[in-house]
Amino acid sequence: MTQPPCSPLAGGEGSSPTTTAAIAIAGLTHRYGERPALRGIDLDVRRGEIFGVLGPNGGGKTTLFKVLATLVAPQGGAVTVFDEDTARHPERVRRRLGVVFQHPAVDGKLTVRENLACHAALYGLDGVESRARAATLLERLGLAERADDRVEALSGGLARRVELAKGLLHGPDLVLLDEPSTGLDPGARRDFFSYLVHLRDREGLTVVLTTHYMEEAERCDRIGFMHQGRLVAVDAPAHLKAEIGGDVVVVDAVDPEAMRRRIEERFGCVPQVVAGALRIEMPRGHEFVRDVVEAFPGDIRSVTYGKPTLEDVFVHLTGERFFDDVGAPGGA
Amino acid sequence: MRGVRALWWREIVRFVRQRSRLVGAFAQPLLFWLLLGGGFSASLRPPGAPADLGTMAYFYPGIIGLVLLFTAIFSTIAVVEDRKSGFLQGVLVSPISRGGIVLGQALGGTTLAVLQGALFLLLAPLVGISLSPGAILAVVGVIAAVAFALTSLGLVIAWRMESTQGFHAIMNLILMPIWILSGAFFPASGAAGWLGWLMQLNPLTYGMAALRRCLYLGAPEAVGRVPALVPSVLVTLAFCAVAFCAATATARRSR
Repeated sequence: MTQPPCSPLAGGEGSSPTTTAAIAIAGLTHRYGERPALRGIDLDVRRGEIFGVLGPNGGGKTTLFKVLATLVAPQGGAVTVFDEDTARHPERVRRRLGVVFQHPAVDGKLTVRENLACHAALYGLDGVESRARAATLLERLGLAERADDRVEALSGGLARRVELAKGLLHGPDLVLLDEPSTGLDPGARRDFFSYLVHLRDREGLTVVLTTHYMEEAERCDRIGFMHQGRLVAVDAPAHLKAEIGGDVVVVDAVDPEAMRRRIEERFGCVPQVVAGALRIEMPRGHEFVRDVVEAFPGDIRSVTYGKPTLEDVFVHLTGERFFDDVGAPGGA
Repeated sequence: MRGVRALWWREIVRFVRQRSRLVGAFAQPLLFWLLLGGGFSASLRPPGAPADLGTMAYFYPGIIGLVLLFTAIFSTIAVVEDRKSGFLQGVLVSPISRGGIVLGQALGGTTLAVLQGALFLLLAPLVGISLSPGAILAVVGVIAAVAFALTSLGLVIAWRMESTQGFHAIMNLILMPIWILSGAFFPASGAAGWLGWLMQLNPLTYGMAALRRCLYLGAPEAVGRVPALVPSVLVTLAFCAVAFCAATATARRSR
């Protein structure tokens, strides 16, 4: 897995305009009836930071997102956005927030431009201001030529870009993006992320996003893995990968269960079975690759060897696979 | 205020771009009027209606009420659809207040209702009603007030609803009876005792009475026994205020 060419510095130190928190979450819990969705979240997101929330569906991402967007009041704990309590002063928080939901929030019967005008009015922008900002965004997101088409006539990818334009239109200080690049082709996805980095550098924008793309997660300053209602790890992608240490070897065997026992007996290490393949974290993995192939030549379909990726971090933490673009570098 | 105006404007743009709604909201009451009025006139006369007033003429203000009711229903269904489509969620995270959202929605529905109600006014000469410019103003004012109240009432229901299916059931159980028991269809004076009481408690009865009185401003003797103009207007305005506050309160509760 190659690093994206213009990945921001890990940690984002030096680029943050101030050290004050954009978001401060303390002891946040939430449950739907009997089912707990959030089991005590503590998290500070710095101003000017690009923070990725990752995790499988049902892990609590959406609930956390709704709390931050002021749609759901926290049941336990406290959440402040720019030092305003989201439960006590949602209207003050909303003013500084840009939100892009996973589900479309544009009106298909209105044109792209009309959608943006309507959105700008909801945020109290006057016509001149909103038209100027809309023109910039339409240009930047490649929508300028379709500005007078109704959104219902646009392809899924273009409609998604209208959502993104809407979220940024009123110049928010914090944008919450739930799977922003779903439906975008890889080029548009990279381009949009670069634009977020640009807005962060220029205007001090703080970004919190969820994603299923490892490539996007790699470009975040910090990421937090959510699993079963908890944040199981929060750090810069490079630090998270460094924590695993050594190499990751994945053995695709004809009979994974038998192979797991044989590797355990022979090499004394305990492979994890992930998605039908055996996964081993170890120092000097290249030697193991040689030895394992020599030991069981007929029983192995393939062996993959590499430095740990974020996918490996996630598997290490949860024992589950997660990213959509792993193993398909052409599509990522 | 800018946000209220944008939501109001959006309702109108959407309406214009969905032609079936326009046809539905106008053609259906027209059909009802011709079928009911025409069918009843030969055999029946609404009991208690003025003797020289035909059924077509008696139903005429009632059908205007039905136009307003249909428009209100359609525009509140739009709220349920907005929730399903996700548009409403986008509005809910914006800084506009819940009251502002409801006001934009209610004014949008009211505007559409007034335009369609006014279109129906063009048929007034067919039932022998001639309107002075002052009377037209009064009628349009009453139509606007009734439409605002009905749309707000619809919003109270719509903001609680998850799907349009449940909405239809509630509509038929609440809004249609309110219209039927408003004097639009038969006068309170001719109704059975308990029904008469219900009609007197029905706020729309006073809206319909105000409408009738304004339509026959020059010939009050043709109106028959309905509540007087001033109390009717006052009750209707109170209906507006109560329904709007209830809709806003409902919107506040559903975050």
